[in-house]
Amino acid sequence: MKRILTGLLFLCAGIVSHAQESFPINGVRDIRSGLYAFTNATIIQNENTKIEKGVLIIKMGKIVAVGANLTVPAEAIVVDCAGKFIYPSFIDPLSDYGVATPRRTMGGFNFGAPGQFISNKPGPYNWNQAVKPELNAVDVFTKDETTASAYRANGFGAVFTHLKDGLARGTGAVVTLATENNNQAVIKSKAASVYSFDKGTSTQSYPSSLMGSIAVLRQTYLDAKWYQTKPVTEGVNLSLDAWNSNQSMPQIFSTDDKWNAVRADRIGDEFGVQYIIRGGDNGYQRIDEMVKTKASFILGVDFPVAMDVEDPNDARFVSLADMKHWELAPTNLAAFSKANIPFSITSSDMKDAKQFLANVKKAIQNGLSESKALEALTKTPANQLGVYDQVGSIETGKWANFIITTEPVFATNAKIIENWVQGNKYEVNESEWSSIAGKYKLTINKNGTNTDYNIEVKKDLSASIIGTDTITSKVTVSESVVKLNFPTKKGRGADQIRLSGIISGNSWSGVGTDGSGSKTTWSATYTGAVTAVEAKNEFRRPMDSARNNNSKITFPFVGYGNEVLPKQETILIKNATVWTNEKEGVLQNTDVLLKGGKISKIGKNLSDASAKIVDGTGKHLSAGIIDEHSHIAAMSINEGGQSVTSEVRIGDNLNPEDINIYRQLSGGVTSSHILHGSANTIGGQTQLIKLRWGANDEELKFAGADPFIKFALGENVKRTTSQNNNRYPDTRMGVEEVLNDAFDRAVDYQKTLKANPLARRDLELEALVEILNKKRFITCHSYVQPEITYALRVGDKYGFKFNTFTHILEGYKVADKMKKHGSSASTFSDWFMYKTEVQDAIAYNAAIMQKVGLNVCINSDDAEMARRLNQEAGKIVKYGGVSEEEALKMVTLNPAKALHVADKVGSIKTGKDADVVLWTDNPLSIYAKVEKTIVDGIVYFDRTKDAEMSKKITAEKTRLIQKLLGEKRTGMPMGRPMPSFQILLTCGDHEHEDHMATIYENQNN
Amino acid sequence: MKNKYATLLLLTLAVFANNAKAQETVYPTDAQKGTTAITHATVHVGNGNVLTDATIIFEKGKITAVGSGLALPKGAAEVDASGKHVYPGLILPNSSLGLREINAGVRGSNDFQEIGENNADIRSIVSYNTDSKVINVLRANGILLAHVSPMGELIEGRSSVVQLDAWNYEDAEYKANTGMYISMPSFMARRGGRGGFMRGMMGGGGGDPLKAAFDKIETIKTYFTEARAYCQEKEHANSNLKLEAARSLFEGKQKLFVRANEVKQMLIAIDLGKTFGFNIVIVGGGESFQIASILAENKIPVILDETHALPASEDDDVDQPYKTPAQLQKAGVLFALNDMGENSKQRNISFNAGTAVTYGLTKEEALSSITLNAAKILGIDNLTGSIEAGKDANIIISLGDILDMRGNQLTQAFIQGRAISLDNKQLQLYERYKHKYGIK
Repeated sequence: MKRILTGLLFLCAGIVSHAQESFPINGVRDIRSGLYAFTNATIIQNENTKIEKGVLIIKMGKIVAVGANLTVPAEAIVVDCAGKFIYPSFIDPLSDYGVATPRRTMGGFNFGAPGQFISNKPGPYNWNQAVKPELNAVDVFTKDETTASAYRANGFGAVFTHLKDGLARGTGAVVTLATENNNQAVIKSKAASVYSFDKGTSTQSYPSSLMGSIAVLRQTYLDAKWYQTKPVTEGVNLSLDAWNSNQSMPQIFSTDDKWNAVRADRIGDEFGVQYIIRGGDNGYQRIDEMVKTKASFILGVDFPVAMDVEDPNDARFVSLADMKHWELAPTNLAAFSKANIPFSITSSDMKDAKQFLANVKKAIQNGLSESKALEALTKTPANQLGVYDQVGSIETGKWANFIITTEPVFATNAKIIENWVQGNKYEVNESEWSSIAGKYKLTINKNGTNTDYNIEVKKDLSASIIGTDTITSKVTVSESVVKLNFPTKKGRGADQIRLSGIISGNSWSGVGTDGSGSKTTWSATYTGAVTAVEAKNEFRRPMDSARNNNSKITFPFVGYGNEVLPKQETILIKNATVWTNEKEGVLQNTDVLLKGGKISKIGKNLSDASAKIVDGTGKHLSAGIIDEHSHIAAMSINEGGQSVTSEVRIGDNLNPEDINIYRQLSGGVTSSHILHGSANTIGGQTQLIKLRWGANDEELKFAGADPFIKFALGENVKRTTSQNNNRYPDTRMGVEEVLNDAFDRAVDYQKTLKANPLARRDLELEALVEILNKKRFITCHSYVQPEITYALRVGDKYGFKFNTFTHILEGYKVADKMKKHGSSASTFSDWFMYKTEVQDAIAYNAAIMQKVGLNVCINSDDAEMARRLNQEAGKIVKYGGVSEEEALKMVTLNPAKALHVADKVGSIKTGKDADVVLWTDNPLSIYAKVEKTIVDGIVYFDRTKDAEMSKKITAEKTRLIQKLLGEKRTGMPMGRPMPSFQILLTCGDHEHEDHMATIYENQNN
Repeated sequence: MKNKYATLLLLTLAVFANNAKAQETVYPTDAQKGTTAITHATVHVGNGNVLTDATIIFEKGKITAVGSGLALPKGAAEVDASGKHVYPGLILPNSSLGLREINAGVRGSNDFQEIGENNADIRSIVSYNTDSKVINVLRANGILLAHVSPMGELIEGRSSVVQLDAWNYEDAEYKANTGMYISMPSFMARRGGRGGFMRGMMGGGGGDPLKAAFDKIETIKTYFTEARAYCQEKEHANSNLKLEAARSLFEGKQKLFVRANEVKQMLIAIDLGKTFGFNIVIVGGGESFQIASILAENKIPVILDETHALPASEDDDVDQPYKTPAQLQKAGVLFALNDMGENSKQRNISFNAGTAVTYGLTKEEALSSITLNAAKILGIDNLTGSIEAGKDANIIISLGDILDMRGNQLTQAFIQGRAISLDNKQLQLYERYKHKYGIK
């Protein structure tokens, strides 16, 4: 109830507790000791230690003593903090405070613009403009009161700041949020170096994909190591110099998503670096993977805003996953805490930073302990940045960085009163020093006549005025000025009494006007406390009950995900028509036993006591479909920044949550070869996956399969559709030379490495050397006969084989040459005329190539068609009269052969993987539906279960829509409903209608 | 021509005679002479009925009789269809055929999309190229008629129906100015920039999608309001091609084809029809299953552009687009199926219908959706769409079920009674390379 030190501590500008000695003073020296004693406070020294009625003494910006029963020096300025709480101020571990984050120029990155092939940064720096380890945030740090005060209002006293731009962002500094001068604010000038997958403002073409970003980082680690040998050929490279010297400090990797955290950690593992990972708000969806990174994390609290789904048309396109994420994102921190993953909390990148503390409290309501929250705001970030000896707790010798609060800091109505930084006081909610809440007796004197009222003022300054009627109003307090207006009685047309006065201790007095406009004087005297109603509990109860109803985490985190992953089973399929793809051909009324993930037995009247029996009567069983050419389940497909990008790997950027995995299971696909696109001549390394719905990115990979790489020839790589191509090659003549040059370089590279093991390792050439050594194989996008021919000749020249030609719509013209070379062909059944180079495409292509003796596959290159590859095979019977058995092999056994996995998959043969499909009809017929798709003996698609899941999705979505609408009724802020767009990446040979919420993204150009 | 292998022979002869020649030697056929009778056929009439061992008689391009046990007119050329299936010629209900030859990278071969917001006056028929290399490939899969429409930003222009055996566009015209096309603006909020890795790097987005869409709809309404007034003027101080173009719409001689996939787009299309008294056809209809009963109630037909499509939302049933036709059928909506797969140039329309059978239509309903229903929607059911006396003899004969790739194998086709060649560039190249490799 006391106004303390009003006026005295009013301005902080006069308090320069410690000056910079080297700086000249324009005027008269004014140095003060800054000796303060904060008494009677509840001091929370750190997340574990609390001092009741404690004393905190600071001097020259540092803590000189803290404890109970301390003697207060007579010369100290005493701040009585009775009833108040003192916490170490918070530390934001990843901001860009005081360093202007570079922004992209208007229009952003332009795919269609002419390429920029090397960095345009002046100076002896790295070739790639997105790699800027030479930047030091401290060099450009400038205090910024506007931003600092916003941070301080959230309780922060220090932040780590860095230049948020590029793949390697250089070093960041730890600075305090004192804004006296730049020099003193810096408490650690190079605290950590920062990396990301985002190329930022770099105008260079490369990298243009996530996998390209990963490749750049990997190559830079190698280059930097090599640079330590002081190679003459490199000259001075300040970027690599800086990279090397930055390695000794903490390494922070900034991501925004759970899978990117995993990807970052993988790079770290490869180069012996343990990153501190800035994670997204969805780590809770894959907490096991987060644990496995062994990283400590930096997490945000920028939870999704509830979407306004009142219009069912809008609600329809908001996915269940997005709705669930809205519900579960506030549990993210609790999930990390429960999994014992150390983490700090950042307020950076928030849509509305004012919500920071409210959202931390929300995280606490969702299961995060208060001590963990405090630790994540103080000690953990300080430790991550190596500054716990200076900040992060209230201990002697540390900077005097602390906040004074009205209540325990995470209590619902807690307010930060002041935020002290390096001994400087910064006001946050100064009026909260003393609450004026309480009961008062108000006396209004009009011409000597007194009228009395009883007033009750609550904490939120709402007031009840009890006279003839009980009237509610609000008290306004500004510093020590108090104002109160209220009507004389309830109802319309009542006259207003207006009062204004000054607070002095326990009483108020001043002048006013009554309802008739006559002047009055008035006074009010404190008579006692208001009986407090604990609002906190009311607030918590609905949240608690809601939490019990929260959605379940599924794998993957989409509508059709499973709460529990399906298990491998022993399955006996009885009495089916079995398309073996072996010399036995199609077997009627046959049983197939799947056991231990393998095809165990094929025959009649089989039995196995442990097996689940599936009646196959009237049904057909085939090997799982293998799609030789697919672009699903990846975050990026094309790295078109250069003509040779053999260093990029699709496997680095798999997306195991792509709904198209599940959809393709519903069409009988069990394995897919995920190819790099056709943006350049030598594209990236491909990834063969099995469609294990719910697995993580690593588990999706087809273990033990030979590695492949994508090449491309023709229109796409010469960028036919671009009006201003400046990337070599622009003709097929140039494409051939890109191939010759690449392999010439690879041959020389191999020699160099042999001669000098310390030579620069080149990830691009290493992949090509693998091809030369028959350890990596090519799938080559190609169309017209001359390019197919010269590719064969390049292979002949360098002694390797073009393993597979894909698309290959003129393969029929040179099938004999391909046969002689030993290539497989993977084509479309009936595509034509979608570009110049397919004017001679014919539907009889596959049949001719097959009759010439090639191993022919039919592939999709299309997320929709992949669900009907059996029908595409059926068309090869229609166009050219291939037998039905041979046609089915074109989507099963033949791609298995082309991919060198025919010993594991592709036919129904004892000992092979239990990857099979049960069809309702002849699998080549349009009338065939998949009943079950089994991978490794695990049923990943089951038509009956699918129908149940569909119902469950509807029910769950209905529940969440009701919850969102409830949120709207309670007046919570609502966001515009944003359709959950599905991104379909295509390799470039594709045109499609936009099906509303589907974006077909051709990353070709 | 009485030999039951006549058709096969004809095809084979044609192929060998033209061996190694360009498709330029595939000639349009002269008008039908005399009488032709297809006998012993399983006739899928197109209206739901199937006749077995039936005879179809046609002369001067028109079907004169269909039934069992019909006497063969004297001198009739008999096509024995024993064991085969006979269907009405298939109709592409919405297409850029003849306007758009090579999709990507060859701007000069494309004439389907005009610039500007209002192109009500343009006519697709005038750039329809009868020598397109695509046409003959489609004929070989049973497509004999196509509805050719222009595309554009908002008010797209006027469409026509063509028959696929012609020397030039005037010959090809089957029904001129069938419809006017408009493209309904989207009501969906768009996130700025690209997806995936490049998200946020491209700028854009923002703005209120509802307001932007309604602004465009206002443009459409204003146009029709002014066109209605203009068409009532006795004399024009200033003649106006764009306003004049709507006259047939107001006279009820033309339908308004509205490209619309979203529910709101379709509801506004229905409202447009009511406001101006137009006959509306929804083209696209991705979300039509959501409002099937409203469409049925308002008698709004739908051209479903793609059955072989991915579901619109990741939470949708994985086979939703496959089921949509059956859902419309059940609700009583008049619909036609299309095939907008640009990479196979619409040759798979019968398989889109086949998939609809797998997911709930009967085979004859599916057939109607690519024949008679399309004819009704295009206003040409008096001329074609089913094998019935009085209609044009637009007929195809297949070895098996045309809805299934296992049966779809055309042996002969007739447009207006003319036996057309089923040869095309793809077959010719097939023959050329069979010859090279000595494949039988």
